[in-house]
Amino acid sequence: MSKYLVNKFLYTVDRDPALVERYRTDPAGTVTWWETEQANRILNCADGESSTWQRFTSAERAALTGHDYPALFELGAHPFLTLTLFIALFERDYAEPLGFQRDYARRIGHMSLPYPDIAT
Amino acid sequence: MADVVAVIASTHHPFYYSASTATGADRPPFADEWVRKVLAFRETLTAARPDVLVMIGSDHFHQLWLDNMPQFLIGKAPYYDATFHNEEREFGLPRMLLRGQEDLSAHLLRDGLDAGFDLAFSNELRIDHSIICPILTLRPQNDLPIVPIYTNIFAPPLPRPQRFVQLGRTVRRLIESWPADLRVAVIGTGHLSLELGGPRQFGPHGPDPEFDRKAVEWISSGDIEGCLGEVTLDSLHAPGNATHGFMDFMVMMGVAGDGQKADYVDTYDLFHTMEAYFTWYPRGGAR
Repeated sequence: MSKYLVNKFLYTVDRDPALVERYRTDPAGTVTWWETEQANRILNCADGESSTWQRFTSAERAALTGHDYPALFELGAHPFLTLTLFIALFERDYAEPLGFQRDYARRIGHMSLPYPDIAT
Repeated sequence: MADVVAVIASTHHPFYYSASTATGADRPPFADEWVRKVLAFRETLTAARPDVLVMIGSDHFHQLWLDNMPQFLIGKAPYYDATFHNEEREFGLPRMLLRGQEDLSAHLLRDGLDAGFDLAFSNELRIDHSIICPILTLRPQNDLPIVPIYTNIFAPPLPRPQRFVQLGRTVRRLIESWPADLRVAVIGTGHLSLELGGPRQFGPHGPDPEFDRKAVEWISSGDIEGCLGEVTLDSLHAPGNATHGFMDFMVMMGVAGDGQKADYVDTYDLFHTMEAYFTWYPRGGAR
């Protein structure tokens, strides 16, 4: 499990409008690029001082590549990060206000307490 | 010494700004009543005539991140910018610049450390909707200097509820020992029951109206003991997966003091979550 790295992906993509659009249109390419080029960057360190050991599990990589937010919930990704990014990605496709958010709730409606642990 | 002239606890609904400024067909049906309630709440701060605002909230993964996550942090800077791209995108919040009350920040840090709180600090802090929302509702003219205090209600492991109450009590005591002849209002914002990114999100009401009813009773009656008797880090998962934000209300109960009944209480049952507004005047009435 690398919940931290999944959260780092959600966090760093969400704060960059160009990356949000790239992830919407090319999720597989964006995830591959990000894991290769960005995953080890320590956000407050210079580029030459990156980590060397960060990588997704195959389940995490598949969930991110598939825009599969129910799977991200089940894997213990931080739900605020997932929700915020996926609103940016897909709210525009729904005509009704909060339509996406309600569909999101419905798609994870099978989950019951206790929810997956989000501690990192 | 400084005088705590008002203690205010509030929810920080990020949609208030867009709802209250929307016109015509875009204006939601609940906006007019919401504005009426917020204007009445705002008057409780105005009447206290504060000089300085101590603002307690929580960063929502904006500047603070999991590679270096503080539990309690005080801003110490001459200015604070706000907000963030994703809050402009999702909520339509305006960018703002707030002045800082740096000498009070220094006092709270020094004496807070000596009082047993190993407080983190930031000399360049960009603040998010947990502080901007109450500025927009309670002091939209943004004319007062602030001291921002952030708590971690978001990234486990979290401090326990008792620690949030203790922080509030300590902040109150430290402000009252600040050698400045200024009127200080303490404003903290959090949530009642709330679900974000879970199956109970964005329902017609908050996810747990019964929790909300009990929470309003605990806060309005100053029932810290009763609240601590029921609220634990584990129990807060049941009312909604973001309900740990209620612990910022517990900070404010600590600021207000044990058994202190709120002088002003109002609520508004909205979709998604219940709004709740509380004001205490520590020496009995605005003066």
